[in-house]
Amino acid sequence: MKDTLNAGRAVIEAKGLNLTFETGDGPVHALKDVNLTIGRGEFVSFIGPSGCGKTTLLRCIAALEHPTGGTLLVNGMSPDEARMKRAYGYVFQAAGLYPWRTIAGNIKLPLEIMGFDKAEQDRRVERVLDLVELTGFGKKFPWQLSGGMQQRASIARALAFDADILLMDEPFGALDEIVRDRLNEELLKLWAATGKTIGFVTHSIPEAVYLSTKIVVMSPRPGRITDVIESPLPKERPLDIRDSRAFIEIAHRVRDGLRAGHGDEV
Amino acid sequence: MKDKALPVLAVLGIIVVIWYLAAVWMNSTWVYDQAGRAGTAPGFSEVVRATMALERPLLPAPHQVAAALWDGITGEAITSKRSLVYHGWVTMEATLAGFALGIVLGVTLAIGIVYFRVMEATVMPWAVISQTIPIVALAPMIVVLSNTLSLGEALGLENRLVSKTIISAYLSFFPVLVGMVKGLRSPDAMQLDQLATWNANGWQSFLYLRLPSSMPYFFASLKVAIAAALVGAIVGELPTGAVEGLGARMLVASQFGQPLLMWASLFAAAIVAGMLILHVGALQRGADRMMGVRP
Repeated sequence: MKDTLNAGRAVIEAKGLNLTFETGDGPVHALKDVNLTIGRGEFVSFIGPSGCGKTTLLRCIAALEHPTGGTLLVNGMSPDEARMKRAYGYVFQAAGLYPWRTIAGNIKLPLEIMGFDKAEQDRRVERVLDLVELTGFGKKFPWQLSGGMQQRASIARALAFDADILLMDEPFGALDEIVRDRLNEELLKLWAATGKTIGFVTHSIPEAVYLSTKIVVMSPRPGRITDVIESPLPKERPLDIRDSRAFIEIAHRVRDGLRAGHGDEV
Repeated sequence: MKDKALPVLAVLGIIVVIWYLAAVWMNSTWVYDQAGRAGTAPGFSEVVRATMALERPLLPAPHQVAAALWDGITGEAITSKRSLVYHGWVTMEATLAGFALGIVLGVTLAIGIVYFRVMEATVMPWAVISQTIPIVALAPMIVVLSNTLSLGEALGLENRLVSKTIISAYLSFFPVLVGMVKGLRSPDAMQLDQLATWNANGWQSFLYLRLPSSMPYFFASLKVAIAAALVGAIVGELPTGAVEGLGARMLVASQFGQPLLMWASLFAAAIVAGMLILHVGALQRGADRMMGVRP
């Protein structure tokens, strides 16, 4: 099996990563000495208060920002090369669907840009709509869907071109708790079905613990990693796993990590 | 439709009432003068009746204007130089030509401004300045210039049409330019980042994101531009020797003391404006439907 052969091989590798923004008030150290390895098929959450660089780190992986120091490899290449080879799909906090395109039309957008032929586009739209449980909604316009459904459509769009990495920047941050729980459950199912490597930025401790195989705790000024937690939870995770001892212990450790990062501040 | 028509009709009714009162009041001086010269003392009802039937009133009564308008539209063959339909068509032709040229100019410049920093610094200030020059001062110069250069002959068109088109486009390109610059810049950083993650090139981000995003701004600007184009065409007709077009009709009527004709031409211009705006509105609704706008 290809999957077992590749299992654990580093997909994302950061060594001594630094990123300084020059602003009017002097340099801002957004990322300082970040070392991180993410293996194939892992579900990695980045958690921390705002300004800790979790989104910046994700954007560096996506080549939307460029580090000022250190090395960063995605699939063994520079992030720019990896992007050219469609290494990742990126899901933003807002669904960002084009209101003048149908749901199917929105999912086809990256496929059109990348030059897939028409029949192939239709096939892929059907497949990813099934994956996110939006079968039959292809002809609807975005305003006809709820916020949660729109975000699922945007995940479908990120999955349409077979990138093996899925980068998600607080994708469910704007949704209410009930919808969020459901989407978290579905995301785990999707991850199990596709075997993608997922990088997931979040503010929520339960969300991070519930979803991840690895939790990266970050702290601000300068943005840095304070703890990396390998989750002992099984791959199969019903929602009530959140009441288990193991779950609560990890959540504790995450909270301690966040507090430690803030210690010198408060 | 019904709940839209009612307020419009109510306002129209109020205007007509005020208009009649004003007509009686403004024309009565003349009626009393005439009566004084003839040595008669007319009663109030006679004065009112007289003020509404003058041949050259200071302010014609609505029904007089309506009659003159009806006569101008149906009383002559539409090819006749006395027909308002003929003159209306001449004005509309120049308006549509100027509108089209204004759209092309406005959109082209807007794309240039959005994509080239140099053009933003050079073109935009001059576009703004261009609109501060009174068009009535500029129009005669454009007419003389395009006649001297025989621009029309070079294009196989009438010189008059060409100069009117230029004046009309001069007024109508500006709202399109401003609307399109705003519209093409309306996508936010997230949407542009998103396209970057798919390695979209400049042409693709223009075609897939910037251009469709600008459409609401474009159609809003068209409504202003079509009105400006009509004003431009009419102003352009004033210094052309007053040969044809609604502007020329108004000028002739005012020079030869024919207030009824002047008012009829004015209302003909209003009807042309109404028709043009209705068509732009229909165009917008069609585009909205195509772009899946929430009804």
